[in-house]
Amino acid sequence: MAPALVWLTALMVVPCALVLALAFFRRGIYGGIDYTFTLENFGLVFDPLYAGIFLKSARIAGTATLIAVVIGYAAAYAIAAAPRRWQPVFLFFAVLPFWSNYLIRTYAWIVLLNREGLITQLLRWFGYTGEPPSMLYTEGAVIAGLVYNYLPFVILACYAPLSRLNPELAEASRDLGASAATTFRRVILPLTVPGIAAGAVFVFVLSIGNFVTPALLGGGRFQMIGNLVYDQFLTANDWPFGAALAMALIAIMLLVLMAQALAADRAAGRAAEANGGADG
Amino acid sequence: MSEPRTLLAIDHVSKNFGRVTAVDGISLDIRENEFFALLGPSGCGKTTLLRMLAGFETPTDGRILLDGRDIARTPPNKRPVNLMFQSYALFPHMSVRANVSYGLEMEHLQKAEIRSRVDAILATTELGPFADRKPEQLSGGQKQRVALARALVKRPRLLLLDEPLGALDKKLRGAMQLELKRLQHEVGITFVIVTHDQEESLVMADRMAVLKDGRLLQCDTPHAIYEHPAGRFVADFIGVMNFVPGKVSADGVIAANGVRIAGKVPATLAPGASAVASVRPERIRLFPSADAANRTTGTVEALAYQGLDLQLHVRTPLSPKPFLVRVTADAADRRPVSAGDEVELGWDAADVRIFGE
Ligand SMILES: Nc1ncnc2c1ncn2[C@@H]1O[C@H](COP(=O)(O)OP(=O)(O)O)[C@@H](O)[C@H]1O
Ligand SMILES: [Mg+2]
Repeated sequence: MAPALVWLTALMVVPCALVLALAFFRRGIYGGIDYTFTLENFGLVFDPLYAGIFLKSARIAGTATLIAVVIGYAAAYAIAAAPRRWQPVFLFFAVLPFWSNYLIRTYAWIVLLNREGLITQLLRWFGYTGEPPSMLYTEGAVIAGLVYNYLPFVILACYAPLSRLNPELAEASRDLGASAATTFRRVILPLTVPGIAAGAVFVFVLSIGNFVTPALLGGGRFQMIGNLVYDQFLTANDWPFGAALAMALIAIMLLVLMAQALAADRAAGRAAEANGGADG
Repeated sequence: MSEPRTLLAIDHVSKNFGRVTAVDGISLDIRENEFFALLGPSGCGKTTLLRMLAGFETPTDGRILLDGRDIARTPPNKRPVNLMFQSYALFPHMSVRANVSYGLEMEHLQKAEIRSRVDAILATTELGPFADRKPEQLSGGQKQRVALARALVKRPRLLLLDEPLGALDKKLRGAMQLELKRLQHEVGITFVIVTHDQEESLVMADRMAVLKDGRLLQCDTPHAIYEHPAGRFVADFIGVMNFVPGKVSADGVIAANGVRIAGKVPATLAPGASAVASVRPERIRLFPSADAANRTTGTVEALAYQGLDLQLHVRTPLSPKPFLVRVTADAADRRPVSAGDEVELGWDAADVRIFGE
């Protein structure tokens, strides 16, 4: 316990506190920091220009989350429905991309989406002769990259409750007169929502702060919050504003995580209350 | 009384899982409003047969006729048949009321009708006070009643119950056996219950089928099966039976020690063939009068009081296993016996059943 606390303090709390402190100072005239107190960095975060980037980041992360959840849940469902002894094999393949480096995985998408990349060549092979489609350096490419990178988390998060679900529950629903679709909506989905929520929060939080994928697949001028923070620190040399942006980003992530924790806690609380009632 | 009407006809039904034959050419008629039991040792295909009736498995071969219509390929949600699962399979995220209402909502009934029917069945199953609880807040017996209410509220033509009392402790089982029977009578629905407990099926069933290795061995009333088992397996499986191995003679079985056990020999057994003569423990008399057709002496090895009855283990020269003898406490009082005593046993030829090996 104690060593963990030391590490957490050294590697998380102290750096965060430093960044937070930075956000309350002015930018020096030649870069650097002018140690006079100000709140204008935070005001600037709400400037339409920057607020717009926050909104765009949230939209991209939200879209990536939605797509990842739909694909990931379907994949997890298929794996959980497969014969027991095959399930570990399928899961292994689902998480296989994790064994390679994030950058390499993202570069692979460049190879795929390039003007004369694999997809274009595939189209040509099928007889397409027109202009190569512009896929790389678009918002779609960024979303595809994010979905691809975080999909395994969603599959694992959804697989857990799906594989634990008693198959007789779905049978009971059918037996009582429900169609397969109704059974999914009223029995299977509600009982596996915690997995979906965990996977979704994961993808959203990692996507909204991501700066590698937008930089590589979105092109040089494509900016999400992560890129903005990166630029303030390393290009514009405005550390205090970069710190304020970073704090705003952390605040958003914390809000999402807290909302999920609260919801999970409520569910657990309901269960605990239920158990208490059974004893009484 | 009019001839009972056949509700469900199982017609030469088989089911293979790959190379395993779980159900092997079973034909059975189940009558309107009866309490029917499928009995057999674990793995004999009871659940598989029940799942074919519910629609979760499709027969490899044969027909299942409900009211004369073949439903073998009808999906489970389109059959007027409901199954009470061995695990109960209650929806954990729904209250008792929501669990019970679910099946009626699927029929798109009016809210008011759903409410009144659910209230009625909750009252019948004495679940009213628990309507707002979640399944995890219920005891085993209460869960079992919710599963029953959830199926009954649909008023199916046929209710299937897979080992419904399996998860309950012994005392509760006894109470629930009678309760199930009362309920069946009250709602007037045909019940098909699966069990591996022969006592349970004797207590509850109007008629029962004994299965082994996917085949039907005998189908009749509990009384008829108890008194006239169709074979050695059934004789052994249902109730308690004493067996004397030997060779068939003209009017009985000659035991290893040369003593003849008198009894009616089935026409299928040729003289000299290996066979067993059998007799129920309650048919054996202690210190019989001179007119008993069969008699033997033996040594009492153990006694056990079972309420009004006294059960004796008597070592005899007739068989390697000790005879089980059940006498009333009255008879035992008249002539007390204790372990180690020499006793004389006797029984009538009419109480002897003879089976081939
Ligand atoms: N889905 C299945 N796949 C393969 N074999 C099965 C399946 N279901 C049942 N069996 C086999 O069929 C036989 C009968 O099983 P079951 O109907 O469950 O018996 P019971 O309910 O009488 O205990 C067993 O040998 C069992 O292993
Ligand atoms: Mg079974």
